[in-house]
Amino acid sequence: MSNIKVTCLGAGQDVGRSCILLSMGGKNIMLDCGMHMGYNDERRFPDFTYIVPEGPITSYIDCVIISHFHLDHCGALPYMTEIVGYTGPIYMTHPTKAIAPILLEDMRKVAVERKGESNFFTTQMIKDCMKKVTAVTLHQSVMVDSEIEIKAYYVGHVLGAAMFWIRVGNQSVVYTGDYNMTPDRHLGAALIDKCKPDLLITESTYATTIRDSKRCRETDFLKKVHECVAKGGKVLIPVFALGRAQELCILLETYWERMNLKYPIYFALGLTEKANNYYKMFITWTNQKIRKTFVQRNMFDFKHIKPFDRGYIDNPGSMVVFATPGMLHAGLSLQIFKKWAPNENNMVIMPGYCVQGTVGHKILGGAKKVEFENRQVVEVKMAVEYMSFSAHADAKGIMQLIANCEPRNVLLVHGEAAKMEFLKDKIREEFKIDCFSPANGETCVIKTPLKIPVECSLQLIKKELKAYNAQPPDPKRRRYFNGILAMKDGKLILMNLPEVFKEFGNINRHIVTFSSLIKLETTSPPLQILEQIHSLMKDKLNAWDVKLVDGQCIKVESIVIKVNEEASEKKLCVTWENQDEDIGRYVIGLLQSIE
Amino acid sequence: MKFYCLSNDPVHACYVVTFKELTIMLDCGLVMETVLDFLPLPLVQSSKFSSCPNWNHPRINESQLDGELKKAGSHVFIDSSPEFQPPLEKIIDFSEIDVILISNYMNMLGLPYITEKTNFKGVVYATEPTLQIARLFMEELVDYIETSPKATHAHHWKEFTELHNLNNLNLELSPFKWKKLFSLDDVHKALSRVQIAGFDQKIDIFGALEVCPVSSGYCLGSANWVLSTGLEKICYISGSSTLTTQAKPINQNALKNSDVIIMSGLTQAPHINPDAILGDLCLNVALTLRNNGTVLIPCYPSGVIYDLFEILSQKLDDSGLSTIPMYFISPVAESSLAFSNILAEWLSSTKQNKVYIPDKPFPHANLVKNNRLKFFKHIYSEGFSEEFRQPCVIFCGHPCMRFGDIVHLIEQYGSNPNHTIIFTEPDFPFHQALAPFYPLNMKVVYCPIETTLNFQQANKLIKDLKPETLVIPKVYTHPPAIAANREDLVIDRQIAKQIITFKCGDCIKLPLKRKKNTVFIDPEVARTLIPQEIQNGLKLAPLSGLLDVKDNIYNIYPCDGNVEGVPKQLVNALLKKHVTYEYGSMSSMDIDIFLNKLKQDGFTDVKVTQTSEVDGVLTKIRLVNEEIDIDISEKGTHIMCEGKESWRLKIRDSLLSCMNKF
Repeated sequence: MSNIKVTCLGAGQDVGRSCILLSMGGKNIMLDCGMHMGYNDERRFPDFTYIVPEGPITSYIDCVIISHFHLDHCGALPYMTEIVGYTGPIYMTHPTKAIAPILLEDMRKVAVERKGESNFFTTQMIKDCMKKVTAVTLHQSVMVDSEIEIKAYYVGHVLGAAMFWIRVGNQSVVYTGDYNMTPDRHLGAALIDKCKPDLLITESTYATTIRDSKRCRETDFLKKVHECVAKGGKVLIPVFALGRAQELCILLETYWERMNLKYPIYFALGLTEKANNYYKMFITWTNQKIRKTFVQRNMFDFKHIKPFDRGYIDNPGSMVVFATPGMLHAGLSLQIFKKWAPNENNMVIMPGYCVQGTVGHKILGGAKKVEFENRQVVEVKMAVEYMSFSAHADAKGIMQLIANCEPRNVLLVHGEAAKMEFLKDKIREEFKIDCFSPANGETCVIKTPLKIPVECSLQLIKKELKAYNAQPPDPKRRRYFNGILAMKDGKLILMNLPEVFKEFGNINRHIVTFSSLIKLETTSPPLQILEQIHSLMKDKLNAWDVKLVDGQCIKVESIVIKVNEEASEKKLCVTWENQDEDIGRYVIGLLQSIE
Repeated sequence: MKFYCLSNDPVHACYVVTFKELTIMLDCGLVMETVLDFLPLPLVQSSKFSSCPNWNHPRINESQLDGELKKAGSHVFIDSSPEFQPPLEKIIDFSEIDVILISNYMNMLGLPYITEKTNFKGVVYATEPTLQIARLFMEELVDYIETSPKATHAHHWKEFTELHNLNNLNLELSPFKWKKLFSLDDVHKALSRVQIAGFDQKIDIFGALEVCPVSSGYCLGSANWVLSTGLEKICYISGSSTLTTQAKPINQNALKNSDVIIMSGLTQAPHINPDAILGDLCLNVALTLRNNGTVLIPCYPSGVIYDLFEILSQKLDDSGLSTIPMYFISPVAESSLAFSNILAEWLSSTKQNKVYIPDKPFPHANLVKNNRLKFFKHIYSEGFSEEFRQPCVIFCGHPCMRFGDIVHLIEQYGSNPNHTIIFTEPDFPFHQALAPFYPLNMKVVYCPIETTLNFQQANKLIKDLKPETLVIPKVYTHPPAIAANREDLVIDRQIAKQIITFKCGDCIKLPLKRKKNTVFIDPEVARTLIPQEIQNGLKLAPLSGLLDVKDNIYNIYPCDGNVEGVPKQLVNALLKKHVTYEYGSMSSMDIDIFLNKLKQDGFTDVKVTQTSEVDGVLTKIRLVNEEIDIDISEKGTHIMCEGKESWRLKIRDSLLSCMNKF
């Protein structure tokens, strides 16, 4: 019970298809349910048979949490709910719930209509899936059931992206999804409090990169675009409809305005306008500056950026075109690429990470020829530029987040194995905490200290506190604490003895008392005897409070020592209650030895 | 726990609770009814109000008043910039407030008086819509007051108690406590102290308390606050609604099982049915427009107006009046319309679902787009006179009728019986609001639209929530002045186990005594426990360990067997390890078993006597040879022996084996 288990069905030493199973406190939680863009077969979806070989999956998963709308994080969700048949709760933020179905539909179209795939989910399935989603707001504490509590934190990255803090009992985990630690032109930076989770599961896309300042990258980007269009070239910027696209639009829009440029900028229509509408409506999720000025001027109303038409592909002259999808694996961006790639005047700027198997990944790797499924070969003569605008935290950012939330363990996902190794060492060294990076299908077991919460009577605490405060201050002093733990109706209550008998009225204490008499062969007056014994006992029982009361008797715990005088015979009478048997016996032994 | 009431108005509330050495202010409302004693502030020189005659009280010398009082119509008003009643001073030290929790934007308007005019050092928590909309309300107020500055500030009149309630308002507090409005700078500074809190967000207050705003269903971002320590729970219920409104529905579950519920902010129009009144309103609007009249609706810049835009535009469409324009005139009209459409997460699910399409949650965005609804900062703003068409519906501030563009509009339209003014905000008694403008020929309609809890709903809510103690303003225990014979318009005396009432300026001790605290037990400690079933479902186990207290969190760790300076055989005694406690009484069967055991142990000469005592049977056992006496009563057993320890230990073992213990 005191372990947290993590199994990666995706994103284990890998970028693309995030899907992580988390087990703690007897609960199983799925973190993201993404699909892999690099595959066209069953490998694109997580292997749900890992959870249960066959039959319904719902009883094995207590809830699914989706961090943001990127398809490598939510792409397999309709498959899971509508085809695999999961019917349990699903959580995501409001913007994610609004935008995810649009991206899912877009992808479905590309897969089914353009690539002619079958065995894919339908439009109706996407709708049905989204109906099952519970939307959450930032920082809202949501009880999934009586034991699982989740809470979303802001992470920037894309509109509505969140990281989730998850608690079951006394164990807690933070799952970051994707995040960035520096604010950009339209989103803020990730923000988390010192929540000290047992485990932090963090993405590590840029595990070894310390990226140069944002401003340099932006200037570089603008310079390259400007140079290309100035000499009559065409610039293709493959993007995902939401996220980086909006940031780059803001960037180009302001640059065009400032430099008074007239070259046309196009944005592949369809998603864009709708996308910008979402940005307008969820403006509270953008950064401070945009939020402050939105009443006067909405940043997402672009003057210079016009909708694109397929017919423009063959237009002469320079232009800048934003087209989806971002990794050149399908759709319009790939279509434009095929046309423009053979011309050395043109340029493609890849503003984000490309997963293995995509055209984007190939050309970034320096491929001069790209072969397609229909044996078509495209020569790549155009300039290929990679600009890291992808909003992920770099190594510095990841370390910053760890410092902020102070986890007991870190687990790296969503990155490349070699880079993870490097970061792992760094984390272990700097924070002196354990760090893991399981591969897909591998299970990590993280040990956590278990603590059992009980209700404790204030009387008990106050009594101890009073005794503790009565002693001279010493931070190393041990504070002995004892009471009676009562277990009733599944509740644990710690109380002191009298309270037990008061609380549960129908039981009475039965006190077993012992009295032992020891004959004394002395003529000293009783007081003197008691004083002698008192000093002896104070010495021997220095951890106890030994009191001489009114010169009549000595008291320690329930032990009472008196001197009885009967017919000039003196006897020591020692009385104690059974719970102090050890001390009573010790005192008797002590007194008998001094005779 | 102590509770202080700093406002005489349960709708514009301000309370303070002290608990666990924390001082927490609940709401910071501003009582605005005071402004009704003042002469309206016209936008331009008004012949009516500049020619009002001076007025004198028969017992007061004219020179002492310096022309501060004027007669308008049949009423007397103070000719000065209006004053407001902020939360009461001198009851608590504002510098000691740790946090202010705001429940809705209406209850935030007094904030600058506390944060900027005292040495307040704490933090303010409010939801995002509350902050944004309160900002609009405050900016609008400042704009209205500052557009029509007064050359002099009247203060002589306050010296005479005869003049303290010129218009029979429901004011309990002396005008000496009234204050001029804050400045825009104060507003910005005050609001910069606000930290945003989301619904169901648990906020830790110095490790001692957790506070959490939960949806109250009344208006955008409106919250009830739950204060809890994990073991105690106090709920502050402010403006709430169980009806379906534009806002996210009330979260009743979060308010259940409270030790204390403090409830205020019930409806100000308890005698009126909000659904029926909406029909009245639409009817009156349609009627007036058909007669070529114009409708004035004095309003606040947010809240019910969003519903009115929606409902009226539909009604006008249905009545073939779709060409009639609606005007929304407020210095913050544009911001209000814009903000309302970006707060999707705070809206009712119907409105929220529109965002997923994506469509604007409120239809007024489309009304603006289609030119059905036009907004202007002021009636003298650029473009207004060109755009203005009559007949029309004009929404305009301020509902108190003492400042804002409405002052000008009512002077313009008041004399024509074709026009209508409709009061929808119940904050100000409409007769008094209109007093300086009489005589009026225009039609006056009172349609208070209130969605906050009425008494019936409040009683039902409390019945469901079952708090240990209910704390309410005293006025809720008798029928309101507007419906004095309606005995049903009260909070039911039997509704909660204990009801405590308060009035302005009161300090009350609330019955909240902490009895428990959470302690965490290390599994090692738990493993050593030997629970004994005492009765069905109750198990007891003595527990001992080392206590560790850090950041108010209590942990019990195991303690090893060596303690320096303590004899080894006493370590367990020191830690109270392996200790047992006996309970119950010994039955005659138990005693027989015990006697048998004694015999087996070799005690042969055993004498037993039994007597009946006051507290039950007393069994005396004497072991004659060993000179040992054993007394067994209902409450305890006493073993007295003089001889060998080994005898005593044998007897002890035999006795304990016959007894119930844990």
